[in-house]
Amino acid sequence: MTEPIAERRRHYLNVHYGLTSWLFTTDHKRIAWLYLVSVTFFFFVGGLFATLIRLELLTPQGDLVQAETYNKLFTMHGVTMIFFFLIPAIPAVLGNFLIPMMIGARDLAFPRLNLASWYIYILGGLFTLTAAAAGGVDTGWTFYTPYSSIYSNTHVAVTVIGIFITGFSSILTGLNFIVTIHTMRAPGMTWFRMPLFVWAHYATSLIFILGTPVIAITLSLVALERLFGLGIFNPELGGDPLLFQHLFWFYSHPAVYIMILPGMGVISELITCFSRKRIFGYEFVAFSSLAIAALGFLVWGHHMFVSGQSVYASMIFSLLSMLVAIPSAVKVFNWTATLYKGSIAFDAPMLYALGFIGLFTAGGLTGLFLATLGVDIHVHDTYFVIAHFHYIMVGSAVMAYLGGLHFWWPKMTGRKYPENVARLAAVIIFLGFNLTFFPQFVLGYLGMPRRYHIYPPEFQVLNVLSTAGASILAVGYVLPLVYLIGSLRYGAIAGMNPWNARGLEWQTPSPPPTGNFDVTPTVVEKAYAYESLEPEILYPPGGRAADA
Amino acid sequence: MNSRHIVSVGLYTAIFGALVLLTLATAGVAFVDLGGELNSIVALTIAVVKALLVILFFMHVRYSSRLTWVFAGAGFFWLLILLVLTMADPLSRDWLEAVIQ
Amino acid sequence: MPETAAAHAHHFDDLEQQHQASWLGMWVFLASEIMFFGGMFLGYTIYRTAYPQAFADASNHLDVWLGTVNTAVLICSSFTMALAVRAAQLGRPKPAILFLLLTIVLGAVFLAIKFTEYYAKFIEHLVPGGAFVYDDALAAAAEIFFSFYFAMTGMHALHMLIGVGLLATLIVKTARGRFSADYYTPVELIGLYWHFVDIVWIFLFPLLYLMGRHFG
Repeated sequence: MTEPIAERRRHYLNVHYGLTSWLFTTDHKRIAWLYLVSVTFFFFVGGLFATLIRLELLTPQGDLVQAETYNKLFTMHGVTMIFFFLIPAIPAVLGNFLIPMMIGARDLAFPRLNLASWYIYILGGLFTLTAAAAGGVDTGWTFYTPYSSIYSNTHVAVTVIGIFITGFSSILTGLNFIVTIHTMRAPGMTWFRMPLFVWAHYATSLIFILGTPVIAITLSLVALERLFGLGIFNPELGGDPLLFQHLFWFYSHPAVYIMILPGMGVISELITCFSRKRIFGYEFVAFSSLAIAALGFLVWGHHMFVSGQSVYASMIFSLLSMLVAIPSAVKVFNWTATLYKGSIAFDAPMLYALGFIGLFTAGGLTGLFLATLGVDIHVHDTYFVIAHFHYIMVGSAVMAYLGGLHFWWPKMTGRKYPENVARLAAVIIFLGFNLTFFPQFVLGYLGMPRRYHIYPPEFQVLNVLSTAGASILAVGYVLPLVYLIGSLRYGAIAGMNPWNARGLEWQTPSPPPTGNFDVTPTVVEKAYAYESLEPEILYPPGGRAADA
Repeated sequence: MNSRHIVSVGLYTAIFGALVLLTLATAGVAFVDLGGELNSIVALTIAVVKALLVILFFMHVRYSSRLTWVFAGAGFFWLLILLVLTMADPLSRDWLEAVIQ
Repeated sequence: MPETAAAHAHHFDDLEQQHQASWLGMWVFLASEIMFFGGMFLGYTIYRTAYPQAFADASNHLDVWLGTVNTAVLICSSFTMALAVRAAQLGRPKPAILFLLLTIVLGAVFLAIKFTEYYAKFIEHLVPGGAFVYDDALAAAAEIFFSFYFAMTGMHALHMLIGVGLLATLIVKTARGRFSADYYTPVELIGLYWHFVDIVWIFLFPLLYLMGRHFG
């Protein structure tokens, strides 16, 4: 189908020009771009710390940096990647851009709060970067007390204040999503006709609201202890270090579901489009997102099996951790069943999605090993744990983010990226990732502890493999940075629906107008109606909603 | 969400009166030794009743949609999860020593 | 001359949708606030269970009458707040402003009493940290009690201060005729916030002030 050249038509990118039109925007699509630039920046900052870590670990001796410096490197790597990249990335970039469009709304419920949440994120990031520039923190991203609250001589207070501030960005985003999804769906867009991407973000938003405040108050108490001598975590007063750990992990475990659930939402969209099939078991996938969010709040004690926590509590947490794997497995089964007898296309987004399914399965299964009390005694605080969570966070979440970014890039920019280079980058990332992190499973099993800058010489070969993999992974990440930016100038013009995908976001021009839809759509079909051959009939503008 | 119900001044006054009475009651009972943990239980029960009066009538939850009830309840329910599941740890820490002995 | 209600924001379909969204938004925010204070309630519970005697002893150093008066003051302020919302619902700006003012005054009384309590604790060397003095074997755990006392009531007082500020903006807006019987959402939402802050104190009062009184 033909449509006017993008330059002639008014859309959200060209409707206003100038820095102030971006910094004072309330358009959810522009705010998504503000986040995109910011999270990309923090991703590469975190990657820089990772580079230094992997360089140090090339040799068994501590020859690149001192032990104290190494402690700061892994701390800042964790803090930056978790709080400033992984938690906001998919929700604040893709979620912000797509959720209103996917449900047929003109914007989120509270556009000014949306902009405020970005400014709050930036303010928190500035605090943390300042702390990093001034010498950083060496407590680990987990800030265990009393080291973080009393004994560390690094910039703990400034860093935790930065994280505290950024937490409010999350809370506001979650609030916005929940209210939008409840109150602003277009006519005919019932809950069970929504894309699973939206369900996933709804579940994530529940975690934002109920979990983030707990870490906010916890880190505040650490800051108060450091700044004013409040003795809540002070063992000399009879303070219990485990209180901090309970409070910290009550949020930080659900936080990992914040990091993966949106990615799972992306995968549901990619798998259906690139197998040209409806999702298998829509309701199961939808409810599994809610189940993961809810159950995810009940398992935090599995981070504390060797901390001195009561054995009976540990047993309860171990059992509950097994349970939370079930809804995740449901998703993997349903995606696989969706692929079955589908018409598979191996475009770059699909490569990322397929990689996700495999790597998430590996990461998830190794999580079960860790949930098993007896096994965890041996591998806790080893590289086994590091490998496990990087399979989820990098092998799954980051790949879902990149897959989604590629998939919706034509919608966001009106341009296509170069497909063959993109496929190459996806393969490089997949191979580089596995070379980096698979050896770490072996290292951990053999006993190499985490957070050490030196190690016994017999572990060197595996460490060298891991660092080699990291260098390949780095190449894989730089490629999209280059060609996606390049596509803004040199990319082919994308039409309204270059993937011939289903979903309301594909029924509006690329890039979309500021109000998303010229006429509010009325939804008459279920999601992922890929068996239908005539997309024009699916979404008649105006008119009464028909039953599905 | 909210039915825009307008509550009468009389009802508000009655709730206010109940809240004041409950406050005086909880302060008074605090000085009487009821034995064991009963003092805490009574105090918390009175607090819960007061909170419910504020939530249901002053905050209009009594007249609001089920969605409001769900979100109002979810917050308190999640707090309960935090408290109960965490307390399971310190309360059961010395069970193992008892078993070993 | 009061104008009629503002038109709804452009991204909403109508005023009703906007009101629904705003109401739900405030409740979602309050749910997050429950968890925010909840973390401190958890810490309090853990240490109260571990050191019941010390906590009871330390609690008895608080002025129970000031605490009771403050509780009554906050309950009065919730009453006046509810009446303010009611006046706004009925489209009556003058009583609305009156009740909002009363609420602010009561809030200020609460904060003033709180300040005198803090000052008294400062004089008595009961502020945790280097200057803490407690002549008892239970001094360590008592210091933890006072850490929670200051953290929890301090956070509560901060929320009250913000509430007073919000109420002041409401008075200004009401005086300018921004609200009517069709549109009074901000009054309603800030009312919800104020009641929530009251509920937090309803739980803080017995836990901090009353728990040791029956030991005489």
